[in-house]
Amino acid sequence: MRLAAVHKSSPVRTEQIILFRASNQLFAISSASVQEVRSVDSLAGAAVEISEPSLDKVRHAIRRGERNLYVVNAPLHFGLQATPAALVFLLRKVRVALLVDGIEKMTTMTRLQALPGTFCHEERTWYRGLTVLDQNVIPVVNPAGFLTAEELSMLDAVTAPPSMPESTGAAGAELSL
Amino acid sequence: MTWMEQSDTCSCVLLRLGERRFALAADQVAELAAATRIFRFAQNTPEIDGVILRRGRVVPVCDISEKLTGKKLGKRRFYLIATRRHGKALDWIALPVSGDCELIRADLTPAGPSDSPHVAAWLSHDGEVIEVLNLNALAPGADFAQPEHSSARSPEAHP
Repeated sequence: MRLAAVHKSSPVRTEQIILFRASNQLFAISSASVQEVRSVDSLAGAAVEISEPSLDKVRHAIRRGERNLYVVNAPLHFGLQATPAALVFLLRKVRVALLVDGIEKMTTMTRLQALPGTFCHEERTWYRGLTVLDQNVIPVVNPAGFLTAEELSMLDAVTAPPSMPESTGAAGAELSL
Repeated sequence: MTWMEQSDTCSCVLLRLGERRFALAADQVAELAAATRIFRFAQNTPEIDGVILRRGRVVPVCDISEKLTGKKLGKRRFYLIATRRHGKALDWIALPVSGDCELIRADLTPAGPSDSPHVAAWLSHDGEVIEVLNLNALAPGADFAQPEHSSARSPEAHP
């Protein structure tokens, strides 16, 4: 009755990741999916406040060219206690800017394990899988899992273009979180 | 022949949850591991306490004690690492248990229609009638709750 060792056959593929904290918990995100890391302060003038009670985790939008990026509070997204955010990750390929407490470090993962089937709720959308670093299990977030297409449509409807200043324009709402 | 008259001999692992003993078909058991560090991360499956690392594999910890005995397991001495089939793959689950486990062979009486879904069968051992657990009814997993899997109520008991 012994657990078979996990099969290792394919050549090792590595992926650069950023370990970040949200509500004092550690998460990982692929470096390739982060376009820009900014301080919260640097975005304060460019953010427009959004009031959408059904989507508490999004309270601000940033105008980038022709489109809006929606600022998702990472702790609220993961159902954790809100904490003061210091950094914003502007994500690639999705219209999401992610508010996080801070970066722990950048590192490399060699193996991404699928989330076990026993996990059967929102976490299946939240995470690409789990990785083990220094004998710690770290969830690797799915950049596409922060906002659904329906949520994006709803936010687009809420943020009427005339109310959105360009990110280089005049001061908007304070991004205080 | 009625369900009461059917019986099948199979290997089972007896496990202890607090004061009560339960059984699991032996072919659903991978190993018994000492209590180890549990890792927790944000997730919304309430039955899952966290995960443990076992031989490089991430194994979710599912405390079935509250469902079975009405009490959470205060003292965890071991994890019984169980498996269940998920299509062609196996799903691994660590069940906290409070005492040593025992491998036995016993005649099983299949569960009846009035038994709880978590009962796959019954066995008699040392003068005690013990429930053989149906893991699919106790541990979460959307795929396992589908009706087409309901035939998996009986344990995978093979000689």
